[in-house]
Amino acid sequence: MDLRDSQAEARFREELRAWLAEAVPAHGPPPPAHDWPARRAYDTGWQRKLFDAGYAGMSWPAEYGGRDATPNEQLIYSEETARAGAPYVGVNFVGTLHGGPTLIAEGTPEQKQRHLARILRGEEVWCQGFSEPSAGSDLASLKTAAVREGDHYVVSGHKIWCSFAQVADFGELLVRTDPEAPKHKGISWLILPMDAPGIEIRPLPTLAGEGEFSEVFLDAVRVPVENRVGEENDGWRVTNVTLRFERGTAFAGELVLLQRNLAELVDLAKQRGRWADPALREDVGHMAAEIDALWAMVKLSVCRASRTGMPGLEASAIKLHYSELYQRMTELGLRVLGRAALSREDVGGLPSGRFLAEGLKSLNSSIAAGTSQIQRNIVAERILGLPREPRR
Amino acid sequence: MDFQLTEDQEALQEGIRSFCEGRVPADRLPDLEAKGGFDRGLWGELAEMGVFSLRRPEAEGGVGLGCADAVLVFAELGRRLVPGPLVWSHLAAGLLEGAAGGAVVVGGIDCTADSDGPLLLEHLAHLDALLVLRTDGAFRVDPRAVAAEPVAVPLDPLTPLHHAAALPGGERVADAAAAARLRLEGATLAAAQLLGLAEGSQQLATAYAKQREQFGRPIGEFQAMKHLLADAFVRQELARAAVYAAGAILDDPSAGEPVRAVAAAKLTAGEAALRNSRTCIQVHGGMGYTWEVPAHLYLKRTWVLENGFGTGGEHAHRVADLLG
Ligand SMILES: Cc1cc2nc3c(=O)[nH]c(=O)nc-3n(C[C@H](O)[C@H](O)[C@H](O)COP(=O)(O)OP(=O)(O)OC[C@H]3O[C@@H](n4cnc5c(N)ncnc54)[C@H](O)[C@@H]3O)c2cc1C
Repeated sequence: MDLRDSQAEARFREELRAWLAEAVPAHGPPPPAHDWPARRAYDTGWQRKLFDAGYAGMSWPAEYGGRDATPNEQLIYSEETARAGAPYVGVNFVGTLHGGPTLIAEGTPEQKQRHLARILRGEEVWCQGFSEPSAGSDLASLKTAAVREGDHYVVSGHKIWCSFAQVADFGELLVRTDPEAPKHKGISWLILPMDAPGIEIRPLPTLAGEGEFSEVFLDAVRVPVENRVGEENDGWRVTNVTLRFERGTAFAGELVLLQRNLAELVDLAKQRGRWADPALREDVGHMAAEIDALWAMVKLSVCRASRTGMPGLEASAIKLHYSELYQRMTELGLRVLGRAALSREDVGGLPSGRFLAEGLKSLNSSIAAGTSQIQRNIVAERILGLPREPRR
Repeated sequence: MDFQLTEDQEALQEGIRSFCEGRVPADRLPDLEAKGGFDRGLWGELAEMGVFSLRRPEAEGGVGLGCADAVLVFAELGRRLVPGPLVWSHLAAGLLEGAAGGAVVVGGIDCTADSDGPLLLEHLAHLDALLVLRTDGAFRVDPRAVAAEPVAVPLDPLTPLHHAAALPGGERVADAAAAARLRLEGATLAAAQLLGLAEGSQQLATAYAKQREQFGRPIGEFQAMKHLLADAFVRQELARAAVYAAGAILDDPSAGEPVRAVAAAKLTAGEAALRNSRTCIQVHGGMGYTWEVPAHLYLKRTWVLENGFGTGGEHAHRVADLLG
């Protein structure tokens, strides 16, 4: 049980830290949230810099231009970039963290050739078109239909919650290619060019009033058959490959941000003359200890993964506690703000803008990427071995 | 970084696990209860297993291991509800002659943390020595010199108590810095036992949920039960990570901040044990409310350990103090 960096890890951390110390300030402050073209330029510009410095595609194999980093190095990368306040992966999320890895695992040589290098260099932005209005947690019940016509699929349907769709070049699209087969057996995974005729994107304001995700309507959109990843009707298996990457994220960056949020909360409590309140001190101390414990849990999980070569199921347990803690923490922040929490802009010299932004954002952590209820089902059934509930 | 059990550690864990399974099976607990929560024979066997001498140098007859190893052993002892002043005798191994070999049974009290409320001493009647932690050091007190009344009905039937008005000063056996270190080690080993209690109660509840049927199906198929148990698992794994980290950081303070790491361990393990043992009672329904099912023993032992070496609340305050 060794928690310290090895020599090689310490060297990696040091080099990365030195690079970030120059590169982050040079990249400037992020553009306003509603300016999507500027956000795309900002995020992809950062991706290009990562690429030039050799830090793009940390987990990707070297033959596809990645760094082929060990899980420990990936953890250090998430930790140090968050600590340095580097731009978040942003619009590059789907491409670099699951679309790309899915192509590496399942794509044809032509698909790899066409997309991988462009994703890594920040030239191509991807979005995810999995969920539908009637297929959320029960993703496999999706209905978007793809009918084969020669060397094309003709796709019609309705996708929802597609983050970054308005600036994406391609989408990971799940479609039903066999409506007669059992629900898991008739799905295919397609690469959707977002500029194809018949696609309409309608941003859907979040409860924070931001246009982060969109509805995507598909009306007889023609997608070349060569854009299919995996066999026809084998898309559910490919999807599970994709989701494994999504669930495999280490959470290290998120935990650094929690630490920062907590430090800001202490500053706020001091500013409001409440830091002497024993009940508040106990709550804050408790949360700081829980962040440390979660850190240790992430490290246990990463080290286990590097031994087995597979992200483990404990990612569900980590996500469950992380989202719960994050929400408890932002709620405490709002209580410390008092009535200033009624304003989403700073008011009376208090940082209510930032605290409310976090307070509202934290609400999605128990919904996106598998709700907390679904994570509990996974823990109970797949880890504890409790009987599966009847499913239709 | 390789934050995983080594092969030696896995073997150590397996060894103590099979010892506990063989020597302290669940059906032996009533017998230990009848004996007032202590059995010298069992104590000798625990000593032979190295429970007390684990961290003594091999040259002195010990096993030469560290805190990261000790937490694995204490988690198993906790999981099996093994009674006795285990942590204190382990802490005393380097300080008091005979403790490491089990000939001298050492109990203790941390007067810097547990000063809240009446002075209650655990296992006093079974002790050959009492170790008292104060801010200015650790002191050896003769248990026979303590004027104390037995508590008629202790909460945990396996942890007998005496109520004392005051403690004699005793003989100083360690300075203030060493006593502070003992406190951190004690809290970590108590946290390890709590981790074991969290895991043991979760496992008992999960096994019952698979076997008990209502409405024509195992109750474990109901989501209300599943989600209780999933949450129990999450708390247990969070506590495991924190306890392992505290052990590793006590062995090598360059890997983290010991006070903070120990606080995280004690606090998360206490919470996990408390809530998981309650879950265990709930999942058992009416059976959970009986004396016969050991669910209550997990909760009662948890309460004993939660109130030693600093409660979760006290540890949260220590962390807050470090934050500024
Ligand atoms: C910020 C954000 C970004 C997102 N980005 C994307 C994206 O880019 N691409 C994409 O495809 N999707 C995206 N999603 C969608 C996300 O994956 C879904 O919202 C999620 O899977 C839940 O589906 P749903 O919204 O339909 O809720 P539902 O599945 O309808 O769930 C409603 C409630 O029912 C509960 N529930 C459902 N089934 C069960 C069950 N079996 N047991 C117990 N409770 C159950 C849920 O826990 C929830 O509380 C995003 C979501 C958010 C919030």
